Amino acid sequence: VSEQPAGGDVAADAAGAGTTASGATKVLGLVALVGIAVLIPLVFWWSPADSDQKDLVRILYVHVPVAWLAYMAFTITAVGSAMYLWRRSLWWDLVAASAAEIGVLFCALALFTGSIWGRPTWGTYWEWTDVRIVTTLVLLLMYVGYLALRRIEGDPHQRSQRAAIVGLVAVLNIPIVRFSVDWWANRTLHQKATVRVGDTDLDGLMLFTLMFSLVVSTALFAWMLVHRFRVAWLEEQLEQRGLDLALADRRAEADRGVDRAVGGALR
Amino acid sequence: MTLAMTHLSYILVAWIVSALAVAAYCARLVHRGRRLSRAVPAARRRWMTTDATDVPTRR
Repeated sequence: VSEQPAGGDVAADAAGAGTTASGATKVLGLVALVGIAVLIPLVFWWSPADSDQKDLVRILYVHVPVAWLAYMAFTITAVGSAMYLWRRSLWWDLVAASAAEIGVLFCALALFTGSIWGRPTWGTYWEWTDVRIVTTLVLLLMYVGYLALRRIEGDPHQRSQRAAIVGLVAVLNIPIVRFSVDWWANRTLHQKATVRVGDTDLDGLMLFTLMFSLVVSTALFAWMLVHRFRVAWLEEQLEQRGLDLALADRRAEADRGVDRAVGGALR
Repeated sequence: MTLAMTHLSYILVAWIVSALAVAAYCARLVHRGRRLSRAVPAARRRWMTTDATDVPTRR
């Protein structure tokens, strides 16, 4: 399908064309940018080093938020999938797909930053017998599979339905990842949760930095999700418009054929 | 301001790679959004504002 507007659509496209941004997303983006500007000195200069981990604790200010965002994105995918199966709503289907793509990015970053943190802490970048690492990798691969499934050619409804089922099954891995360090404590190098309800291993400015990083990254995630959804919506519209144009061409061709047949019969 | 800390290279790699990956993804989103917005007629460009309410079902 061509991505150039048809001649008749050009005038209609003039207002608000050329961007997926709106007033709300601009404010959200600005909040995220200001937050990042404050977060950088907070992480690298203002917050103190940990007594055990020393400065390596600064990696946790990115590792924990990206892992949190991956969990949140995949949970949104599950909610969108359930809503799609219930309501057959294109909106929910695209929300699920958009969240899954962003979740894959953050899940990959969680594995990467964890690996970088693991080298000086555990003496290895990767450990295949570690349940937290392996279950997180399985989580990532499940959602890569989910995205691959969405790219299969065929009936859009059937494709979305299958993806929704995968989205609902894959989310069951999140509690397994989350609690793996408790359930199989002797099969992981990974520390238990740093921050728990009513209890934490971090104090003062370190805890504030982690919480602030979570808030800023969540704002960034919201911005990304809205924009990714709008891109998905536009892609869907372009695909449907291409189908409509192809259908109109076929109808016009069929009408011309009928005209010729009628004209021939009359002669 | 100087960065005097232990394991500096690990910390910088983790942060720089993460920041670049997210920034590249965001830039690609904005670019794709602009390109697609120009290609899709205004009548089909719903959800580009925050006031759209009715939800179509998949055809």
